[in-house]
Amino acid sequence: MNSLICISSVPDTTTKITFDASGKELNKAGVQFVINPYDEFALVRALEFKEKLNTGKVVVISVGEADVDQVLRKALAIGADEAVRIDAAPRDARFVAEQIAAYAEDKNFDLIMGGKESIDFNGSEVMGMVAALLGLPFVSFATRLEINGRIAEIRREIDGGAEVLEGSLPLVLGAQKGMAEWRIPNMRGIMAARTKPLTVVKPVEAKNYTESIKFDLPPAKAGCKYIDPKNVQEVVKVLQEKGVI
Amino acid sequence: MSVLVFAELSGGKLKKPAFEAASYASDFAQSQNLPLYALVAGHNVEEGEIKRIGEYGVEKVLYFNHPKLEAFVEPVFAGVLKAAAEQAGARYAVMPQSYNGRAVAPRFSVLWNAALISGVTELARVENGKAVVRRSAYSGKGVETVLSHGERTVFTVKANAYGLKPNPKSVSIESLDFSPAEKDFDALVSKRIEKASDKISLTEADVVVSAGRGMKGPENWGIIEELAETLGAATACSKPVADVHWRPHHEHVGQTGIQIAPNVYIAIGISGAIQHLAGVSASKTIIVINKDAEAPFFKAADYGIVGDAFEVVPELLKAVKAAKN
Ligand SMILES: Cc1cc2nc3c(=O)[nH]c(=O)nc-3n(C[C@H](O)[C@H](O)[C@H](O)COP(=O)(O)OP(=O)(O)OC[C@H]3O[C@@H](n4cnc5c(N)ncnc54)[C@H](O)[C@@H]3O)c2cc1C
Ligand SMILES: Nc1ncnc2c1ncn2[C@@H]1O[C@H](COP(=O)(O)O)[C@@H](O)[C@H]1O
Repeated sequence: MNSLICISSVPDTTTKITFDASGKELNKAGVQFVINPYDEFALVRALEFKEKLNTGKVVVISVGEADVDQVLRKALAIGADEAVRIDAAPRDARFVAEQIAAYAEDKNFDLIMGGKESIDFNGSEVMGMVAALLGLPFVSFATRLEINGRIAEIRREIDGGAEVLEGSLPLVLGAQKGMAEWRIPNMRGIMAARTKPLTVVKPVEAKNYTESIKFDLPPAKAGCKYIDPKNVQEVVKVLQEKGVI
Repeated sequence: MSVLVFAELSGGKLKKPAFEAASYASDFAQSQNLPLYALVAGHNVEEGEIKRIGEYGVEKVLYFNHPKLEAFVEPVFAGVLKAAAEQAGARYAVMPQSYNGRAVAPRFSVLWNAALISGVTELARVENGKAVVRRSAYSGKGVETVLSHGERTVFTVKANAYGLKPNPKSVSIESLDFSPAEKDFDALVSKRIEKASDKISLTEADVVVSAGRGMKGPENWGIIEELAETLGAATACSKPVADVHWRPHHEHVGQTGIQIAPNVYIAIGISGAIQHLAGVSASKTIIVINKDAEAPFFKAADYGIVGDAFEVVPELLKAVKAAKN
């Protein structure tokens, strides 16, 4: 079973987000970039299948410029066999999806997995678009995946609960918590990653569907109004004003 | 040219996500002087139920009835949405950013050859024939302005961002002429649905009562649940609380959990780590109860009580109950 894992390079979750004066760019100075946490769940689950079945390979792919090589190396250190970088700054989700679909088209991956969303753009767009472009079924918010032969059993989160689905490979999934545990690469993995292939591929042409104009910070809070713990009646008043009670 | 809104059903009923999307779509259609259509797709939905979408400004419904639509099959719904958009002659489609909305929007946008802008938080404008809209990014730490270059555009509306705008209209129902491909039904088969509970769903909840490690142990959650129940609120928790199984995983909010934007968020015994704030800071009013005056959460709060949760929460519960009577 061969898997393709889509990796987005994102600011570490502790990053204090600020933008440059034009609002076009994130201030990257001092920001640590990491594998999007949900993508890492997908990666580890794919590695678990590989280890269990003792066959197949796990390829990681990212659409980005040279600065994302670092997170691809981390994915290799965690255990992926090969990395592919499509050499282009991501313009929007559709652009990224076109690149991944063009790469995957003739390679017969059994499983194409990414995260439920990236923690920078929060689109939940790319994986569903990859599925659509390749004409494959898509399950998002997947919290569990079991594979038996060609049959996959997937558990996904839905509004107010969960659903268990069955489908046959190949499939596209968006993973979230529950799928696997994060892994810390060990020394051997880090050493091995240095000699594993990281291939850089030219992007394909793609139409522009959307354009990011600018970023702003969310409006700042007016400040905290303190209420004496002995005076919870004040909280009740707030709840009444907001129409809660 | 028109606007289409996806009036998503949940368990055969129209719920808040559908009404919020309709409120958004109806204001947008009005601002652009365009007719508005809603798509209702399900199985034997009662006419009275369908017409409830009229409460939020919709006059025309395209109804698609199919015995296999009780389960949500993403490729089928993408096809139904495209058919509805074509029958309505739509240029814009609006859908809730619910689980199913997020699952189906990408394929729908590809099939319909449309731009997709997800998680919008404000009404879109149209400038020189192109839609411009603000959306939430960086897990709530940023706001992005996006321009659509598509001839068609799909928006998904972030839960609780726009709110409900009642605007009663009388509704006429037209049926949608479409036959989904059998193979689209077969790609994925639903084996079973596990209901989390009958409790209010976290993403839709207007009020959320959330607690963290400050509660010391799962045995102390009784008071949290009681407060939530009294307020008609959903319950949530911080990540470490879910990690050690004090609370179920589906209650975990934050950057790596669920992102929510309720009207009121009450945080009890939660420090307010940046990853937690990323998931909840879009809440309209934040009330923090923490015994440590230095807890970072107070910086993100509208109201703060510095005090011991084991004393403050029971008092608050008493006062709320008294106010309700
Ligand atoms: C990659 C990554 C992703 C993460 N994602 C998330 C996420 O999505 N969501 C999330 O929540 N966290 C997330 N975290 C964890 C986050 O960094 C914090 O560790 C976590 O939010 C802390 O949880 P807490 O506030 O419940 O516990 P603590 O930090 O231990 O805080 C407990 C608080 O309770 C207060 N307290 C104690 N006793 C009382 C009392 N009797 N009365 C009142 N107050 C009391 C204390 O003063 C303290 O402020 C993530 C971390 C990482 C590294
Ligand atoms: N630039 C990228 N390169 C590769 N995969 C990506 C990229 N951006 C997003 N993805 C994948 O798509 C998922 C959803 O991202 P998004 O649509 O941005 O929320 C992510 O979790 C990744 O798995």
